[in-house]
Amino acid sequence: MDEHAIVATITNTSPQLSWNLLDDIAALFHYEFMVHAFEAGTIVAIVAGAIGYFVVLRGSAFAAHALSHIGFAGATGAVVLAVNPIFGLLAFTLGSGIAIGALGNRLRGRDVTIGIVLAWTLGLGVLFISLYTGYATEAYAILFGLILGISANDVLVTLVAGLVTVGALIAVYRPLLFASVDEELAGAKGVPVTALSIGFMAILAVAVTEAVQVVGVLLIFALIVTPAAIAVRFTSRPPAAIVGGILLALAFTWAGLAIAYYSPHPVSFFITSLAFFTYVLVRVAEPISQRLRRKSLIAPLG
Amino acid sequence: MIETQPPTIQRPTSGAPAIVARDLAAGYGGEVVWTHADFSIAAGSFTAILGPNGGGKSTLIRMILGLLPPFEGELQVLGDKPHRGNALIGYIPQRSSFDPELSIRGRDFVNLGIDGHRWGVRLPGTDSAAAADAAIRAVGADSYADRPIGRLSGGEQQRLLLAQALVGNPRLLLMDEPLSQLDVRNQSLIVQLIGELKRARELTVLLIAHDVNPLLSHIDHVLYVAQGNVAMGKPEEIITSESLTRIYSTPVEVLKDSRGRVFVVGLEEEVSHPHG
Repeated sequence: MDEHAIVATITNTSPQLSWNLLDDIAALFHYEFMVHAFEAGTIVAIVAGAIGYFVVLRGSAFAAHALSHIGFAGATGAVVLAVNPIFGLLAFTLGSGIAIGALGNRLRGRDVTIGIVLAWTLGLGVLFISLYTGYATEAYAILFGLILGISANDVLVTLVAGLVTVGALIAVYRPLLFASVDEELAGAKGVPVTALSIGFMAILAVAVTEAVQVVGVLLIFALIVTPAAIAVRFTSRPPAAIVGGILLALAFTWAGLAIAYYSPHPVSFFITSLAFFTYVLVRVAEPISQRLRRKSLIAPLG
Repeated sequence: MIETQPPTIQRPTSGAPAIVARDLAAGYGGEVVWTHADFSIAAGSFTAILGPNGGGKSTLIRMILGLLPPFEGELQVLGDKPHRGNALIGYIPQRSSFDPELSIRGRDFVNLGIDGHRWGVRLPGTDSAAAADAAIRAVGADSYADRPIGRLSGGEQQRLLLAQALVGNPRLLLMDEPLSQLDVRNQSLIVQLIGELKRARELTVLLIAHDVNPLLSHIDHVLYVAQGNVAMGKPEEIITSESLTRIYSTPVEVLKDSRGRVFVVGLEEEVSHPHG
């Protein structure tokens, strides 16, 4: 089944839910494209959840967002040149990631510089789309993700890239944490903070490129930033926050895929909505639970 | 990812200076900040670094840390050339405060002082918890060490910064304006604590301060960095109208109030003034 046929299948005739939950879950894996979607989605969620912690800790959410948008120009450019868009995406995210990393974490006005480059590359992306006269699915897939069109080979590439990013994160874990918390102190302790900043953005570029397959460049926030942003509200232990972010990203991806399978609407919509509403719920519930806790602390005394 | 035990620390033999500067000059690029600094800081002493903003106080700390090479002259730190990542130095950088949203426990921050500079993740079985516990207890931060550091008060954050600096068993403690964000009560509590830790651990302490008053009863020496010069002496000798006027060849007046607090007027604006 090619990806256009899959889109047709998903949008026109959604499978019907039965009353047997086990059957419904088994049905999710009936088609090979769904198996691939779950495999790639799982790898991407693990990578995105893990790196998301550092993105939040370093206050680099805008840089992560910008990386994916800058990557859009690379991807559309690759389409024009009839190259696999993933290579264009990777080239642009890596190039811009390294440049942003070299700007350093503390530089005032860094976000303005990133934004200026971002606007220009989006303009480039628009040009490339207009130059490409073929089917618009390519551009659509880059912008919003097309996880249901992932091949076995794509899964393999995602797995390798995922292992590289997670391995790199483990290798730089402690000094990256140190530099993210206090760059000046880490530098004095001998941590190569600038090299680490560049290295981190390079790892992020690879992670963004992977995640684009699932949610597309426009929606990357939902998988990289939102799960970690929720996790740090529950724990201030770094390993627990990382695991929490991974679990949330997995939950959003799996649930999004499952719901989309039984509905006529796109996967990306469900993943981003699940992330958004979970975040809103946490932010709303937090002050309430704090008030309750304060009451229960006071009660035994009174 | 190889874990090594922290080296057993040789305590300084009394008399051997911790820091020696000979005809030292500091500068960035082509611009000289100060020159002709000759001083020797005794091991186990407590020195306050004073002077107007922009005079080059932090520059001196950065040179001792090995983050900036001497512009000219010679600098010896604990009998060695300054080098980045010197495990014998505990450091508290200048900062306003941690971002309130920074979601990391005080304890995790102190742990970074042990092995934050090592690659990889901490391997299970390596026992750094005891060292972190001891440092947290030494600064009296037990009750809030497990809370997010961004949510703590300035005094609590400063104690955890101190625990982080102490956790590697340093011989030299460098602090860049640790008192600037604290109220008067916390200033004197932190200075008291630093004084106690200094005695208990035979530390050499260098502390940049905006106001010398909370330090007066604890410090052995003052290092005055102003107008391209570095001068050192005992506080009662150097913080006088005559001596500062002579050192800086500009009229400087040192005033004393009824409570013994000193005010230095004339070096910049009012360089040293008590808060509140």
